[in-house]
Amino acid sequence: MTPQALFTAFGTIVIREVRRFTRIWPQTLLPPAVTMTLYFIIFGNLIGSRIGQMGGFDYMSFIVPGLIMMAVITSSYANVVSSFFSMKFQRSIEELLVSPVPNWIILAGYVTGGMARGLGIGLIVTLLSLAFTQLSIHNPPMMILTVFLTSALFALGGFINAMLATKFDDISIVPTFILTPLTYLGGVFYSIDLLPGFWQGVSLINPILYMVNGFRYGILGVSDVNPFISLGMILVFITVLAVIALKMLERGKGIRH
Amino acid sequence: MSNALEIEGLTKIYGDGFEALKGIDLHVAEGDFFALLGPNGAGKSTTLGIVCSLVNKTAGKVRVFGCDIDTHLSDAKLNLGVVPQEFNFNQFEKVFDIVTTQAGYYGIPLKQASVSAEKYLKKLGLWGKRDTPARMLSGGMKRRLMIARALVHEPKLLILDEPTAGVDIELRRSMWTFLEEMNRQGTTIILTTHYLEEAEALCRNIAIIDHGKILKHTSKKALLQQLGLETFVLDTESPLDAAPVLGDFHTRLDGEGALEVEVEKGQGLNQVFVQLDQMGIKVISMRTKANRLEELFIRMVEQNALDSRKNVEGAA
Repeated sequence: MTPQALFTAFGTIVIREVRRFTRIWPQTLLPPAVTMTLYFIIFGNLIGSRIGQMGGFDYMSFIVPGLIMMAVITSSYANVVSSFFSMKFQRSIEELLVSPVPNWIILAGYVTGGMARGLGIGLIVTLLSLAFTQLSIHNPPMMILTVFLTSALFALGGFINAMLATKFDDISIVPTFILTPLTYLGGVFYSIDLLPGFWQGVSLINPILYMVNGFRYGILGVSDVNPFISLGMILVFITVLAVIALKMLERGKGIRH
Repeated sequence: MSNALEIEGLTKIYGDGFEALKGIDLHVAEGDFFALLGPNGAGKSTTLGIVCSLVNKTAGKVRVFGCDIDTHLSDAKLNLGVVPQEFNFNQFEKVFDIVTTQAGYYGIPLKQASVSAEKYLKKLGLWGKRDTPARMLSGGMKRRLMIARALVHEPKLLILDEPTAGVDIELRRSMWTFLEEMNRQGTTIILTTHYLEEAEALCRNIAIIDHGKILKHTSKKALLQQLGLETFVLDTESPLDAAPVLGDFHTRLDGEGALEVEVEKGQGLNQVFVQLDQMGIKVISMRTKANRLEELFIRMVEQNALDSRKNVEGAA
């Protein structure tokens, strides 16, 4: 395929993905907006006002970057895992398999689709947060880079989960039992300075902690970890997951007999 | 003439150890209308699945218009259009979107894809349904949608796996006419079908596959000559209670009361009419039974099963 044809194929996958999640917006765009608004009201306003400052900021300002990142992570992951698994389930994945689209374009198309939803949700949550607090961005390039790369990373994770899944239960196990606990324990609602030394150490092996703090640094200028280490870790994870996903596509894991 | 499809020593062993294909060889000439026939589980869908990249092969070579799927997969796929046995589109997407999206996967820009989609949706009587979600279509419309989707990038080789399964007779005939037109315009067509009447009506060359082996690979004409037997269907003026005994001719009544007479090579039909006349049976019309291929197919598959049993018993 010519470079122009490859770009058309890539654009086709992305447009189809965007069309899918916007068609079912009450399932994809509305719930995170509602959930995050509740977080802002309950944790930010009601409880947060009694907590006082955290990391040098009022509690509402402190949790906003974490909540935005939480929405981006879950939406990027959920979009790819549900879309790709549905295609496997309905066998419409065969439309792609019989076509000349190379595997890396398939992967790039799905990841970009997942990022479109994740970042779209991130934008919605950011706009909602402005109703509760004022955001002044400390380091825009760091903020943008962190949120883009994190979205790509979790879209890749969703893709691998969908490749391995054989039934619908399999696509909810990782988000429920791994992603959600790691996100909640990843410094969204607190600074790890509050934890005893041992648990601070344990927290440092949670990759989501680095992403949340990298993003928080971009917005507030404070972080529990070095933001450049955060970026480096995200890039390493992206590389590893991309290689795994491409290998699985090449072997036809779960999609070819 | 070059070959649209060449298969050499194709073998497929599934993960559970089942050997679906046992080193088959097959070639389909460019411009041919070719049927791959066989009972359920014979290896038809596995063969086509490998050609279309839906199944990984264990060993062997596959070339589509000279493009080896191991080394030039993308070029091979550009020449291929596939109509699978099962509905495999997103049921929630609109008809037009399904077809244009498929074109996009082949690198065709939306403007050009829309023109091609309109052409084939109109030809297949689906243009009026272009904004309808696929799940709202009837079974026949869904089949036609899959044909339109397979043709949107103008492939040189069209592969159809049971294209008329579950389709009513009228629609089946119109699909035959459409496929014949596509073939006349130069598209090579390979189909698998359970309706042997369909293969007999449409195809010029035929391969019969069973238990992962090609039993026969020849022209339809040569295949039918091997039959050495033709069945004639005679409609009589008065209904018959039982099939009359006509000397050496084997007779029976079909489901609708018409008289079927089997005539072997060298036997004349005159004797049939002389004897019927003597019995006072008046024939008002006569036709050949269309599913001669079915008889031959059943014989071959039964013979293959018998040979397999003998081999097993011999080995034991």
